[in-house]
Amino acid sequence: MTTKYPRATPDRAPRDYDDIPGTYVMDGDHSRRGYALNMFCMSLNQEANRDAFRADESGYLDAYALTDDQREAVLQRDWLGLLRLGGNIYYTFKLAIFDGLSMQQVGASMSGIEAEEFQQMMIDGGRPIEGNRTIADRGAAPAQEQH
Amino acid sequence: MAQIIGGIGTSHVPAVGAAIDHNKQNEPYWVPYFEKIAPVRAWVREAKPDVCIIAYNDHASAFSLALIPTFAIGVAATFPPADEGYGPRQVPDVAGHPPLAWHLAESLILDEFDMTIVNEMSVDHGLTVPLSVMFDQPEEWPCKVVPLCVNVIQYPAPTGNRCYQLGKAIRRAVDEFPGDERVLILGTGGMSHQLQGERAGLVNADFDLSFLDRIVTDPGGQAAVPHTDYLREAGSEGIELVMWMIMRGALDEQVREVHRAHHVPTSNTSNGVIVLENA
Ligand SMILES: [Fe+2]
Repeated sequence: MTTKYPRATPDRAPRDYDDIPGTYVMDGDHSRRGYALNMFCMSLNQEANRDAFRADESGYLDAYALTDDQREAVLQRDWLGLLRLGGNIYYTFKLAIFDGLSMQQVGASMSGIEAEEFQQMMIDGGRPIEGNRTIADRGAAPAQEQH
Repeated sequence: MAQIIGGIGTSHVPAVGAAIDHNKQNEPYWVPYFEKIAPVRAWVREAKPDVCIIAYNDHASAFSLALIPTFAIGVAATFPPADEGYGPRQVPDVAGHPPLAWHLAESLILDEFDMTIVNEMSVDHGLTVPLSVMFDQPEEWPCKVVPLCVNVIQYPAPTGNRCYQLGKAIRRAVDEFPGDERVLILGTGGMSHQLQGERAGLVNADFDLSFLDRIVTDPGGQAAVPHTDYLREAGSEGIELVMWMIMRGALDEQVREVHRAHHVPTSNTSNGVIVLENA
């Protein structure tokens, strides 16, 4: 995929949703990892904060206890990486809104296809559930992108 | 006594709100969706609700990870539209119904549902888009609103069954409210969609149509569906559908399906709307 950050290994016992492909469930483990990152994103709800972030992105991020990887993923707009580093899409989308991106553009980036292709996929009925239920399922389906 | 006049389940897709706000309802992309919901708007015009109880979720607007209430009820007189990052939606402020909201809060807590009571809160697309779906672009919203905000972002959301039981408790409370209000209840969000990750864009129309069937005829069975089934089958954001169970719980055991619409896509989302009356 389009990010250098691997999927984090949860610091908890395995759960039945861990085998859903390409899905980062916002459970306690994920939320703990992403708290500062998501709260940074949330701050962009306020216009004064958007102005401050626009003026000095890196300086603005100093106020949040981000890891080096999280900071870099924010500055790089690594949409998939942000999820893998603890982000939640409703929060990271605040950064996309800041950039003037639509959810479809971000969806295309996270799934490694062009925005036009993503848009057409939606018009054609969306990404099919067949072949996308489990990680094993997805690996077995040659028509689907491998991740 | 106040009376539940019906229930509506509807998606609350931001792009639908944007299409209405920016007068795109006649654009080819949007025509089929708005044609399908025309009978819903006609039903609501006829039904003339005085108050809508709207079960919805906040999307990192009024609540953040700093504080995550599972069920929050808004008791204020006014709820302004939230700035979700674009500046607030240019829609009217939402008028609350403090006497009914406080009655619900007190009744629900004594009925053992531990509600969070909210006096100050902005409302995001989760609440305002369903108003636009029903009422289009009025100068003022033609009814009052009791916002019932449900956490579905931080795992775990309340179970489908907990939502269903909450709906039943809401029904008991409304039936005891000394007023002649005509109350419409809404469950919003869904249908199948996944916004995040490599599986973004997932739609499962079979799941959605089965959900629409079962919410009418087998709500108890649907209420028992576990979270992982929603996450896997309806996409990670499809879990919002548990909020429809609140609406269903507030209706009679037997309901009449008045109208149903299903449309793919609206933005990244499978869009469904259903109108139910007590049979
Ligand atoms: Fe939502």
